[in-house]
Amino acid sequence: MQLGAATATRGPAVPPRTPDAMPQTPHAPTPRRRALLLGAAAALALPGPARATAPVRLTVAAYPAVDTIVREALPAWRERHPGVAVQVVSRQFADHHTAMTTALSTRSHLPDLMALEVGYVGRFAQGGGLDDLRQPPYDIGRIADRWVPYALAQATGRGGAIVAAPSDIGPGTLLVRHDLLTRAGLAEAELTRSWDGYVAAGRQIQARTGAYLLAHARDIKNLLIRTGIQPGEGLYFGAGHEVLVESPRFVRAFELAREVRRHRLDARVAEWSNEWSEGFKRGRLATQLTGAWLAGHLSNWIAPDTRGLWRALPLPEGAQAAWGGSFFAIPRGAPAGHKRLAWELIGLLTLDRAQQLQAFRRHDAFPALRESHDDPFFEEPIPFLGGQPARALWRDAARRISAVAVHKQDAFAGEVIDTELDKVLDRGKPIAVALADAARLLARRARR
Amino acid sequence: MKLPARLRLSPALAPYALLLPFFVLFAVFGLFPLLFSLWLAFQAWEPTDGLAAMRWVGLENFAFALQDEWFWKSLKNTAWLAVASGVPQHLVAIPLAVFIHTRLQRLRDVAVGAYFLPYITSTVAISILFASLFSTDFGAINAVLGGLFGIDAIDWLGRPEHIKPAIAAVVFWRYVGFNVVLYLAALQTIPKDLYEAATMDGASRWQQFVHITLPGLKPVMFFGVTLSVIGGLQLFEEPFILTGGRGGSDQAGMTTAMYLYRMAFDFNDFGAASAMSWLLFALVVGLTWATHRAFRPKAGQA
Repeated sequence: MQLGAATATRGPAVPPRTPDAMPQTPHAPTPRRRALLLGAAAALALPGPARATAPVRLTVAAYPAVDTIVREALPAWRERHPGVAVQVVSRQFADHHTAMTTALSTRSHLPDLMALEVGYVGRFAQGGGLDDLRQPPYDIGRIADRWVPYALAQATGRGGAIVAAPSDIGPGTLLVRHDLLTRAGLAEAELTRSWDGYVAAGRQIQARTGAYLLAHARDIKNLLIRTGIQPGEGLYFGAGHEVLVESPRFVRAFELAREVRRHRLDARVAEWSNEWSEGFKRGRLATQLTGAWLAGHLSNWIAPDTRGLWRALPLPEGAQAAWGGSFFAIPRGAPAGHKRLAWELIGLLTLDRAQQLQAFRRHDAFPALRESHDDPFFEEPIPFLGGQPARALWRDAARRISAVAVHKQDAFAGEVIDTELDKVLDRGKPIAVALADAARLLARRARR
Repeated sequence: MKLPARLRLSPALAPYALLLPFFVLFAVFGLFPLLFSLWLAFQAWEPTDGLAAMRWVGLENFAFALQDEWFWKSLKNTAWLAVASGVPQHLVAIPLAVFIHTRLQRLRDVAVGAYFLPYITSTVAISILFASLFSTDFGAINAVLGGLFGIDAIDWLGRPEHIKPAIAAVVFWRYVGFNVVLYLAALQTIPKDLYEAATMDGASRWQQFVHITLPGLKPVMFFGVTLSVIGGLQLFEEPFILTGGRGGSDQAGMTTAMYLYRMAFDFNDFGAASAMSWLLFALVVGLTWATHRAFRPKAGQA
């Protein structure tokens, strides 16, 4: 699971992407899009509309707001495949992934197509329940470079199998309250030059405006442990299952988080909690390290009244990280006769410029499809961010992100590290001892 | 109208036919999961590979569970919560039942209903309600504590040392009414003439309580304590929802039932989760047996 998604996706009360807040205007296909659809079909080099004998119905299992994105793509789908109905089965975020785990384990009630969040893609890629899209009839290798590179790498298992196609991504950004920065007499560059500069700016914000630098010291740790990962290494485990949590990137992450706490720069609130959203509404939180999509949530339902006060900056010290992301996969046990059609539906959802941009416009689902990145929409000013054309910034960030190898125990490891950080922050446990304790716990599980 | 004879059930078969729906449901939703989890406890399994991917590992999962720090941590949490929420339930329910039984006449049913209401309310609704009551900055509990006693806002669900008391309070509040009803029913079975005779002999109310009421309640106490022991060890819903499904800081609110659920569905280790569930079962059986021993009439007693 990439950054933040871990916390964002757990709380049963608030799913990370609340669908209710999303505008759902009906949208008729335009001639231009039709042309693009044909182009996409040609590029996929798939045979034309499947020979419809008996009526075929594809089922797609998805979670909010991916379910809505799929439904909104259906008019275009019907145009291409008039005889093929698509049923979207939607469940809440956690329920969906539990249901998919169960369906894969029993090979029953499998959908033809399943949406998966990035953390689960990595996990499912370790098993063999999903079709390897490198094989025919998919041959994803031929079109792999059409997506942002790191996204496809996230869907790659240890044996090299690519089990899913990326739909949307979450390039990291630093959202800042421009008004608080101005009151504190700070320039934006002072926050992003270095991590020490970021913390120093936080002290100045605290002193001059009383606002917290960030929601929780954990956020800064989450980002720093993702900085400086060697190629081939995972976040917590190396290629040979060795535990990496005592490496310098963890030490530095813990030290900086402790520094933040020592100066009382964090509000000590968890993401997606009531206190967190209140903090945004009342201007108590000056910055947030996050995925680009959070700007949309802030604007739509968390803190719409703060419109114009926010700006998006690159992550401090040139850090790169991704928060969340959605994928589509085809279960191995799905009806064989549906697979070609399911793959075409994946093509419509992930390789069609118009569909990708529509999901971006309506749901802040940042396109994984590179050829959609030259759309003028990326240069448009965003009123919520004071007219800043931030999508271009996020696009550049997305290109620099590199994927991190996934390990089966990543979810557990993340929690162990969070626990040890709490002990360091709340009880003054020495960092070296905390990391050694974490390493001992993880070593016992590394090969399970 | 009479059915033709060939469609009629013979009296010998009728009971089985009528009981069949229960046995079918029990086999599907009770027996099968039970046996399947026992089987899983001896397997290593990547669930997304399908059922064929299981690999026999013998007792490895049990060995892992018994050496797992988090398993022991969850057992300690469970024990703490079972005691802190269970013991007060009975210490409060017994005097409360006696009070309602002896002092309340017309308000009796209203009082019993009020105490029983939390028991029949959805756990999820209760936990969500309490989550907002326990909120650090906007919660009613901190507002009252701050207003009356000037106590600084307590981070109830964020700090490990506060999570357990918060959960125990919810569990106590939820089940105390159930125990009151239990004890009230038992109080009605104690013969009135015992109290009359005791009054004639000059016994005080306290003496009557200690020598008549408490011994009379003993069988129901055994029943109630057994339920509390089993319920306490299986505690899941309240801590799960109050801590957002993760157990809170330092997993201070993560009970064993919660941990084994998380082992399977969050950490993808169904084998170890099954082994832990059977270890928990063994503990429940052991403690129920111990409760039974503790309440057994001693030699010489009736």
